[in-house]
Amino acid sequence: MTRISDTAASPRRRDILRAGGVLAAGACLPAWAQSGTPGIAPLPTVSGEDIRLRIAHRMLTIDGRASHAVGVNGTVPAPLIRLREGQNVRLHVENALDEQSSIHWHGLLVPFHMDGVPGVSFPGIAPRSTFTYEFPVRQSGTYWYHSHSGLQEQLGLYGPIVIDPAGTDPIVSAREHVIVLSDHSPLHPHVIFRKLKQQGGYFNFQKQTLAGLLAGRDQREAERLAWGGMRMDPADVADVTASTYAYLVNGHGPRDNWTGLFVPGERVRLRIVNASAMTTFNLRIPGLAMTVVQADGLPVRAVTVDEIQVAVAETYDVIVEPRDDRAYALVGESVDRSGMALATLAPRAGMRAAAPPLRPRPLATMKDMGMGGMAATATATTGGHDMPGHKMAGQDGGGQDAAGQDGGAEDAAGQDMGTMSHSMRDFANAPELKRTPTIQTIAPMPVDRTGEPGQGLLDVGHRVLTYRDLVATARNPDTRAPDRSLRIHLTGNMERYMWAFDGEKLNEVTAPFAFLAGERVRVTLVNDTMMGHPIHLHGHFFELVTGHGDFAPRKHTVQVQPGGTVTFDVTTDAVGDWAFHCHMLYHMHAGMMQVVTVRPRDAVPA
Amino acid sequence: MSAALAIALAVQMQGMDHPGHMPGMTMPAAKPAATAQARPKPATRATARPKPSASAKRRPKRAVPSPAVAACSPEHAAMGHCEAPMPPASADACPPEHAAMGHCTPPVAPPPAAACSPEHAAMGHCKPAPAGTALPAGDGPAPAAPSPTYADRIWGAAAMAPARAQLRREHGGATFSQVMLNIAEWQPRRGADGYRWDGEAWFGGDIDRLVVKSEGDGRFGARASGEVQALYSRAVGPYFNLQGGVRQEIGTDRRYAVAGIEGLAPYWFDVEATAFLSDRGDVLARVEGYYDQRITQRLIVQPRAELNLSAQDVPRDRIGAGLVDAELGVRLRYELRREFAPYIGVSWERAFGETRRLRARDDGGVALAVGLRGWF
Repeated sequence: MTRISDTAASPRRRDILRAGGVLAAGACLPAWAQSGTPGIAPLPTVSGEDIRLRIAHRMLTIDGRASHAVGVNGTVPAPLIRLREGQNVRLHVENALDEQSSIHWHGLLVPFHMDGVPGVSFPGIAPRSTFTYEFPVRQSGTYWYHSHSGLQEQLGLYGPIVIDPAGTDPIVSAREHVIVLSDHSPLHPHVIFRKLKQQGGYFNFQKQTLAGLLAGRDQREAERLAWGGMRMDPADVADVTASTYAYLVNGHGPRDNWTGLFVPGERVRLRIVNASAMTTFNLRIPGLAMTVVQADGLPVRAVTVDEIQVAVAETYDVIVEPRDDRAYALVGESVDRSGMALATLAPRAGMRAAAPPLRPRPLATMKDMGMGGMAATATATTGGHDMPGHKMAGQDGGGQDAAGQDGGAEDAAGQDMGTMSHSMRDFANAPELKRTPTIQTIAPMPVDRTGEPGQGLLDVGHRVLTYRDLVATARNPDTRAPDRSLRIHLTGNMERYMWAFDGEKLNEVTAPFAFLAGERVRVTLVNDTMMGHPIHLHGHFFELVTGHGDFAPRKHTVQVQPGGTVTFDVTTDAVGDWAFHCHMLYHMHAGMMQVVTVRPRDAVPA
Repeated sequence: MSAALAIALAVQMQGMDHPGHMPGMTMPAAKPAATAQARPKPATRATARPKPSASAKRRPKRAVPSPAVAACSPEHAAMGHCEAPMPPASADACPPEHAAMGHCTPPVAPPPAAACSPEHAAMGHCKPAPAGTALPAGDGPAPAAPSPTYADRIWGAAAMAPARAQLRREHGGATFSQVMLNIAEWQPRRGADGYRWDGEAWFGGDIDRLVVKSEGDGRFGARASGEVQALYSRAVGPYFNLQGGVRQEIGTDRRYAVAGIEGLAPYWFDVEATAFLSDRGDVLARVEGYYDQRITQRLIVQPRAELNLSAQDVPRDRIGAGLVDAELGVRLRYELRREFAPYIGVSWERAFGETRRLRARDDGGVALAVGLRGWF
């Protein structure tokens, strides 16, 4: 377990640790990820038209402790792949493992058979063999790549991709740092998964307790009873926690003190990638505002915030302008606040800012159960939730759902929680769902939560990015009205650790989600569970329906907050079969994955 | 077809599927994004155009601007760049009734979308016409779902089949197992010390499992009494499993058919109700449950109860009709690890009714317990 409490305690001890970390970690980290990287100056990366990658076992040292990992070209994270828009690239990937491997280019628009998902788009890379990916680079921005085989991603098989625009970069900065956030455990991922199957709350050491009740912490008695009656645990915020994870920045633990350098007054671009298997990070730099300029690789209108919830597989580019000659802590607190990734931005190597303490972990609310506006009356712990975002949704014409549901929520607010407990699995609220044990709950009143900060960030007292803050800088390429709509439920059973779309795990699915080439479809994701799910559609960008019309933000991965909905419009313009899944690795592995087919309109279905 | 040709073809195909479509790369004029918002808008785009009147909307075909109007737009005129010709009769001057009679021409209705840029809309200067994601979705039908085997065309069905099978097996189809000893304890007593165990093991997937259960007790130096059950278990809801199988008594030749239900009841009670039919036709039943109350993250108190019932007297097995016996216990454990938790506790057992008479010499009492809860 990574302890961060002693980071500021003793300078001497700190320095020794740091030096030790650098020495130990130096051997297996790419130069851009090593402590004290100079920034935009020549980054040793892989680049060009012909790139060689080698997947192999290795050891990874975090905060002085060694554990087993799978890396690329001897490094964890894998090397930065730097490309230029408009070029072609051939990536020769050698699999030196004794099991199948693969690499998926997350967010890149590639021909479907180059997408790298074994069993969907290609057969996988057999043990001890080499596979060559080849595709044109048709976009620019910050992306990443990772294994789509087994649980290799958790072992370290992930790395960043930066694609420079064909012309001059519209985002001006004096230097940039790539910030790869991730999680790593000394436990083998198969062991982690088995423990979750045996006991869903295995890694949670922040549950509600009797001692907490007596001390006046967390929920009051009546509320605990009501939640117990529903067999719901409000402290179940993250499946895998700091009890086994170290949270990493560019492969470094908090004590390793990865440092990105700057000159005071410079505009510094941070390319943030959440390459975690399971961790939603709340990212902030105390004392420094972050101006978001890209989301999921695509430019958005500049919006300045103090904290960003970065869901698994999302990327954000932010501009910071540190003016003072001092160190700033870059803090990636896990959503359940059991631990944090920690790095430093500083004018000189060797500096370190005091890390803020972990904030109290959030408790799920009625709203996280999909009880919409009831949250205002039901939560004692986080205070009332007034939701300006919803009212806005109706006015913008963006979120029809929300407009309709505000009224419903108010009506229901009068009901007591005993009544609600009976409706937590009322199939009348989702008649299209099969009644499987995979469905533990059905959100009775899910609302569009894209105007809210992520779980636990409602009352942090500073600006937090919401999806509604994102507006594309360029008009969307397809501004047609959708021809049809599709509603997909995100379902799960925390007790059995089962996860699925529409109550059917991938191994039970009989038909894929079908689309025709060039279709425009409005997809609404309804989160019937009490956990956030970062949903990723391969091969496409989709436009979030958040009230910005033809300047909707375009994303490849979207976090659907607990008990909430997200609506997006997608133009299915890439023929082939595509993976569609929750990017929480163990949720996907448990079955929360589907295949999306896109077929030419004139073709016979095959 | 050679692989290279296949790739080349597919790449080409892909290119055709995305005609000129690439998000994020077509930034016009490459303005620094960070400053885009702060920049004042050029006045030419800011000018509010006349609002379309209802009549104008209804008759777009008649709203043909004269060349003179086109040559000197109101915006230019406003800047003094040109002199606007006499404007056509205003909307007020040309009411719909008149227009309908052909007496006058209503003014031009500018296309609202073009007139209201998102930047302006954001400043509240105008209201944009719905476009893109602001448009309502239609209710068209979904296409028929094809078999997701498009990759076969490129890699061949033979190459894809095993990967596809593995994909489905791995994502939701895996099997697991667990061995759990909830109770494994030593009970110091007057006379001979006793012991007690209660545990189960399961193997299988999410829905179908093989379950082996065992429980029993005894005194050191004497014969143990207990049982082993082998059951097929099927998930019948989010929390409950139906189970059926056989039960074998330890130390006797008695066998039972077993049918039961177990699961997680509201308020987090682990409950189990089972009916037994012996090979001699006797009907018995058992109800048990426990509850884990966390005192701290690792210190947990577990109250537990078990009741045995019988439909008839079975003197041979020292069982009387009705409530046969009951066991109540409370155990306080400390989870050194989740899987390894030593405990201390106290349990109380008693036989009732006819059973009590039949077991005269051994009808229970209170016992201390020291044990270990473990699983893997």
